[in-house]
Amino acid sequence: MSQKIDVAYVAELARLSLTPEENNTFQQQLETIVRYVEKIGELNLDGVEPTMHGQPVVNVFREDAVVPSVGRECFLANAPERNGDEIRLPKIVEDA
Amino acid sequence: MVGMDLTLCAAAEGLRKKAFSSVELTQSVLAAIREKDGALNAYLSVDGEGALKQAAAADAARAAGRDGDLLGIPVAVKDLINVAGQPCTCASKILTGYVAPYDATVSARLREAGAVFAGRTNMDEFAMGSSTEGSAFKVTRNPHDLTRVPGGSSGGSAAAVAGGEAIAALGTDTGGSIRQPAAFCGCVGLKPSYGRVSRYGVTAYASSLDQVGPMTRTVEDAAVLLQALAGGDPHDGTTLDVPVPDYRAALRGGIKGMRIGLPREYYIDGTDPDVMACVRRTVDACAAAGAEIVEVSLPHTEYAIAVYYIVATAEASANLARFDGVRYGHRTEKPESVFDLYARSRAEGFGTEVKRRIILGTYVLSSGYYDAYYGCAQKVRTLIRNDFTEAFKRCDVMFTPVAPTAAYRIGEACNDPLKMYLGDVFTVPANLAGICGLSVPCGRTADGLPVGLQILGPAFGECAVLRAGQAVEGEVRT
Amino acid sequence: MSQYVITIGLETHVQLKTATKMFCGCSLAFGEEPNTNVCPVCLGYPGALPVMNREAIRLTVLSGLMLGCEINRHSTFDRKNYFYPDMSKDYQISQNTHPLCLGGSVTIGTPEGPKRIRINHIHLEEDAAKINHYARFSGVDFNRCGTPLMEIVSEPDLSSPEEAMAYLQALKQILVYAGVSDCNLEEGNMRSDVNISVRPAGQEKLGTKVEIKNMNTFKGIHAALEYEIARQLAVVKSGGTLVQETRRWDPELGETQSMRGKENAHDYRYFPEPDLVPVELSDELIESWRAQLPEAPAARRERMMAEYGIPAYDAGVLADVKENADFFEAAARACKPGLGKTVSNWFMTEVMRLLSETGKGVGACALTPAALAELVTLVDEGVINGPTAKELLSDVFAKGGSPRAIVDERGLAQVSDVSALEAFIVQVFAENAKSVADFRAGKKAAAGFLVGQVMKLSKGKADPKLAGRLVAERLAEGQ
Repeated sequence: MSQKIDVAYVAELARLSLTPEENNTFQQQLETIVRYVEKIGELNLDGVEPTMHGQPVVNVFREDAVVPSVGRECFLANAPERNGDEIRLPKIVEDA
Repeated sequence: MVGMDLTLCAAAEGLRKKAFSSVELTQSVLAAIREKDGALNAYLSVDGEGALKQAAAADAARAAGRDGDLLGIPVAVKDLINVAGQPCTCASKILTGYVAPYDATVSARLREAGAVFAGRTNMDEFAMGSSTEGSAFKVTRNPHDLTRVPGGSSGGSAAAVAGGEAIAALGTDTGGSIRQPAAFCGCVGLKPSYGRVSRYGVTAYASSLDQVGPMTRTVEDAAVLLQALAGGDPHDGTTLDVPVPDYRAALRGGIKGMRIGLPREYYIDGTDPDVMACVRRTVDACAAAGAEIVEVSLPHTEYAIAVYYIVATAEASANLARFDGVRYGHRTEKPESVFDLYARSRAEGFGTEVKRRIILGTYVLSSGYYDAYYGCAQKVRTLIRNDFTEAFKRCDVMFTPVAPTAAYRIGEACNDPLKMYLGDVFTVPANLAGICGLSVPCGRTADGLPVGLQILGPAFGECAVLRAGQAVEGEVRT
Repeated sequence: MSQYVITIGLETHVQLKTATKMFCGCSLAFGEEPNTNVCPVCLGYPGALPVMNREAIRLTVLSGLMLGCEINRHSTFDRKNYFYPDMSKDYQISQNTHPLCLGGSVTIGTPEGPKRIRINHIHLEEDAAKINHYARFSGVDFNRCGTPLMEIVSEPDLSSPEEAMAYLQALKQILVYAGVSDCNLEEGNMRSDVNISVRPAGQEKLGTKVEIKNMNTFKGIHAALEYEIARQLAVVKSGGTLVQETRRWDPELGETQSMRGKENAHDYRYFPEPDLVPVELSDELIESWRAQLPEAPAARRERMMAEYGIPAYDAGVLADVKENADFFEAAARACKPGLGKTVSNWFMTEVMRLLSETGKGVGACALTPAALAELVTLVDEGVINGPTAKELLSDVFAKGGSPRAIVDERGLAQVSDVSALEAFIVQVFAENAKSVADFRAGKKAAAGFLVGQVMKLSKGKADPKLAGRLVAERLAEGQ
């Protein structure tokens, strides 16, 4: 299972810009860690259901009733840059 | 000044008897922080003015006839729990400037109970770590030996409680982050069952593993604090509507007749002999007091760390994506594009351990790897849960060490991440299984460092765990 | 073009008509000031958690039932991970492994007859925020972020832009009938991603697929499809190769454009959403929801034809817009039996003309079904004549009121009294001797002129049929 981890690709997916030193350090450390975690591959997991949640419950809902907003100032105040009541960003070329 | 060796219950009694007011009590806590935190570095921020206002309001409420176990009691909170109007740095630079616009449910419950917010405690950044050295801001020191770590990630809360800078505190536990620092610092720490306490407003690390819990001086204090926090929350769809019992009443009962399981996989070579000796002495004392000791097995224990570092990092990689410089927190200067805005803000804002875990988590979820890592890990998780379900048919609680060692020196563990991860071996299984676990002091090493006993109980079995913990507190002389 | 086969598939995103967002209690009121309907959850604040809107589940299941889907008894949510400024968490909560509805279909009309377009599945997810683009920067408004979005994914069964249009129209109609969405395109209720490929006839393997994202007008989709098909055919015919990519439709230039610099294969790293527990739907619950299903458009057309004796064409026109069909039925039921076709005629010609002139929906005008029924009945009883009724309808359409009351008030009742009419006719004959003479001379049209004069003299109130008969009799008597 062990193969070279493409740290640069993964870092790009995670939107983390790494220095070349970080890239190298993480490369080695991650490969060590991944080699360790691969031990789960030793087990026979035929017929074992995965655990997707902390406890086995189902059907938790909320009713479709409006909860009035507390107001936007406390949120907009946290925005690094504002354009009036919008959050301001550098110009985006339409990118899906 | 009110003496800072008070327990929460004693403080509540003192307030009731009018031995002191909440304002006096709060002033004493604030004074202790001023005096000691230069050495301990347990706190990241303290709003003294706000705390005293709350204390005054509590005093007024008490004068008007109100009572309650937490009325007027100062409680410190780990700096990833939102309290409206306060910062919530998660010990990270990426949340510089962030002011919480809302209360976490646990904060709201404390507020309703009339508690006072004593201050915000240091932690490993985004709760990722076992020593609190991962904080972007300061290194918290173990009150028993300032050259040593307090444990992590709730190291600040543990150090504050153990160091006389707080009467009680809240921590969070994802892989041992309440239990291990409680053990390292010699205080009590409880990780409730998953779904027992609301996570709403608590910055998520691993969504299916995180829990908020009390860190206190005594087991009774932990029971009182848990009472205020426990219960279903419509804001958190993973809380369960299991009725909340009277935890304080559950403390009585003693250890006699309890079946204490000793999982053989936790009693292995490699654990510090002093730590093991303290644990065994406690087991023997409980046996002498009438408990039945049962050997049990949790055969998949050796895979727990692997499962944890796949599942937790995968969930964390998604949970931390929101820290992107757009809506709050740190944004890089003059970004040239949206991609640039993300990549540089996050690179500048996150510390090394956080980046490492985000990359690992992103990797295990990436195309082609899901089945081998995440998919596989979730199945092994089922096996680990089943181990506990089976074992708890034969015992009421389990006793184990909390960690293979006592507190190590600051700087010792930093360079070998895998070695650090392996220190979580005894604590992560409880998070994976969703069960509850208590750490209670059970002795000292030859160097005088605290040793913690872990008491594990089945899901929503906090009563049994607290009862056993209370008994141990009585049996053991530290 | 018959040398090539065109394959089109649509992924249609429909905003559900709930009161609140998918995972929080923020209001969905449209047109609010930016960032007013927001909270920690839809803003992706640290510590925020999603909680499922039960109504969104119900509406999605209803849609699935209306479209003939299998409802998944065990349904789960997944995180779809990618970074974009309209995403408050930088992952979207969606459904990947266990969507709510599977299969299903929509039947459309084609020149070759009805065609069944299969649906692959329907899943539920949350909508993103809105980015507004300005000259030197962009601004984000999170009001829309978290709106429940139902994604309907078709199989690639469509073969032409016209079929795609027909499919969307049919889908819209069914969803409006189901009451799950207003499908108001101006408000962005319904957007589609379009996938097109072409291949030589006879080739099994599908051609290179091109995706055009986020189309929100029917006209735009049609134009984009036509352009893109032509573009692809041109490339293929000249021996070139097509790139599998996502393109953008530029309505100003009328062309699709490659979106440069984009990695086209997103690694979404789907994994089960840990904050949302699974949805388990029992047979009882689904059946109770099925019992609440409104009538589908096709069934309604059939029933109206049978119940009111109207032809297929009328039923089609009336049922095209649900509120029109509702209006028609209420009016027809308020009339005596047998007047169904008459009510239909009135609605299709006069009422729909007035609706189109004023740009209103029938729910927004002052005319009520009861009023239309009254009007039709008045004509049927011979109380007023056709022209009077038309004028009256315009009045009531604008100002409301009861036609019968207005007829009494204004004395609009037509004159059907024979002696009264004879008096008019005598006067008309006296004043229009020349026309009478023309008629005698063989000019039969003069009779019509004389009837017209009777109408004029009676201020339009004469019963035209009766007047016509009496005039004809008098002329025949040679007086």
